[in-house]
Amino acid sequence: MSARTVNQKAWWLVLPVLVLVGFNAIVPLMTVVNYSVQETFGNNKFFFEGVKWFEMVIHSARFHDALKRQLLFTAIVLAIEVPLGVAVALAMPRRGVWASVCLVLMSMPLLIPWNVVGAIWNIFALPDIGMLGWTLNRAGIDYNFTRQPVAAWATLIAMDVWHWTSLVALLAYAGLSAIPDAYYQAAKIDGASSWAVFRHVQLPKMKHVLTIAVLLRFMDSFMIYTEPFVLTGGGPGNATTLLSIDLVKIALGQFDLGPAGAMSLIYFLIILLLSWMFYRVMTLGEAE
Amino acid sequence: MARIRIEHLRHSYVPRPARESDWALKEVDLEWADGGAYALLGPSGCGKTTLLNIVSGLLRPTAGRIFFGDADVTASPPGERNIAQVFQFPVVYDTMTVYDNLAFPLRNRGVPEARVDSRVREIAALLDLESMLPQRAAGLTADGKQKISLGRGLVRSDVNVIMFDEPLTVIDPHLKWRLRSKLKELHQRIGLTMIYVTHDQTEAMTFADQVVVMHEGTVVQVGTPVELFERPRHTFVGHFIGSPGMNILPCRLENGVARFAGVAIPTANTAAETPNGARTEIGVRPEFVRFASAGIPVRVAAVSDAGRHQIVETRHGDTVIRLLLDERDQVPTVAAHVSFDTAFTRLYVDGWLAG
Repeated sequence: MSARTVNQKAWWLVLPVLVLVGFNAIVPLMTVVNYSVQETFGNNKFFFEGVKWFEMVIHSARFHDALKRQLLFTAIVLAIEVPLGVAVALAMPRRGVWASVCLVLMSMPLLIPWNVVGAIWNIFALPDIGMLGWTLNRAGIDYNFTRQPVAAWATLIAMDVWHWTSLVALLAYAGLSAIPDAYYQAAKIDGASSWAVFRHVQLPKMKHVLTIAVLLRFMDSFMIYTEPFVLTGGGPGNATTLLSIDLVKIALGQFDLGPAGAMSLIYFLIILLLSWMFYRVMTLGEAE
Repeated sequence: MARIRIEHLRHSYVPRPARESDWALKEVDLEWADGGAYALLGPSGCGKTTLLNIVSGLLRPTAGRIFFGDADVTASPPGERNIAQVFQFPVVYDTMTVYDNLAFPLRNRGVPEARVDSRVREIAALLDLESMLPQRAAGLTADGKQKISLGRGLVRSDVNVIMFDEPLTVIDPHLKWRLRSKLKELHQRIGLTMIYVTHDQTEAMTFADQVVVMHEGTVVQVGTPVELFERPRHTFVGHFIGSPGMNILPCRLENGVARFAGVAIPTANTAAETPNGARTEIGVRPEFVRFASAGIPVRVAAVSDAGRHQIVETRHGDTVIRLLLDERDQVPTVAAHVSFDTAFTRLYVDGWLAG
């Protein structure tokens, strides 16, 4: 055994990453932390305020309402997109030309920029000239997403389902494709019904990708900003003012940097906490 | 349980097979007696797994029919054929316990729970899985999982045949022989028909009473391990079975006598008549080749030690003749002569045993 050579030069190799992470993550985050504990009246003069903004945000009815809307939105979106995505994946052909066609079609919504998705749906849903709005109104359904909160919510959810179900479907499809034929053959020989095949073969094998799909969809839908901003702008009234939209209103509309900073951090911690909870629940029993 | 009969079976994975090479199986006729232990032996791509999947019903043959007993099952799905299959890679239902895995085929068929319980415990005892019943199947070793796959087949009392598709591929070498002897023991105890697909001659020879050797989509020989060794019907069988395989020497026929390198080689069989341009060869296993004072002149090219014996590679021109020598025997250093044991030296015409 030769003595271990101690060489600290390797730290230099890590330095570029540290600098990069520092500038694009740590410094901005610390700026927010900085704002969240201070008050300013302009002239770049700041006063330390302690946890005042945090207390204010936590006790604010406005924040509670936005959080409730956000939780409701995410819950509905997950409840639709995950089962629908799995169903789509199960229905997609496993081989041949149509498999490729389906994959390309499914990827399309994912390739469209988020603000464009908002604009597409805005125009699509316009009650007077949009195809969807016009058709609904012609069919006798009174529909106007700029005036009716329910219509605004329905449109918002339809848009998100349209935009993101593909992601769940593609991930689930990848999980399904990884199942060796022998499993299906064995299940056939064992006389399993298609439900039993789904329950005991497909679902367990999709578990890992579905965990990722649920986490991604949870985080993305909880942070959603661009599409609802373009579609409804948070309206009518505050009906579709989700957390991120409210945050931007406070930070850039009212220029309340302190409360906005505090809200950002609380927002971030909620996402972190809920993601961790999802992960723990979905990987439960894995340690066995 | 039933006799299995395969008639004029052909299969192609191509929708409209035109060329001969489009066929994965070319005309197979076989009959398997009830309760026999059979092996399907051949190299990768010879069609053995295709044949197995057709018997189990996972594949529908392009042409030909399969009978279980007197019933034509060609069109029946696997669930109705009462067969069991153990795959190359162990298939277990990960989320279930070992118990539930074994119970699964019975529960799917609506068997009463009391009966399920007694069958599962009986089979678990047979396979030494009793202590693992409450465990999650996902945590088992590969051989444990293979036993579960097998158990899921055995648990049904109506099984006609159990098929194994290279079941030992992922098993650790030191566990292979244990699982193999377990299979053999099971066969003797329960007397079920078993069909075992493998490319490993040792597995086939130790497991089966009858070995079906396949090559390029056809059955080249069906026989006991001894028959395959002593009397290969085709040069492929001679070459594929045995280690090292049979020596195959191109020869000329003169008045019915085979000649190689100008030396007349007496053979156990003779060719009745050979079509013009037919390929004639002499086949003799290394076990039946000896150094002699006269015969075919060769030079020794290489010697490898195979434990109790040595494998000597000699050459006459470009033709390699291998022979086995006892480990204590002296290998001639340069030029020598070899001669063959006539009783085990055979003449092949176009690959097939002549006469």
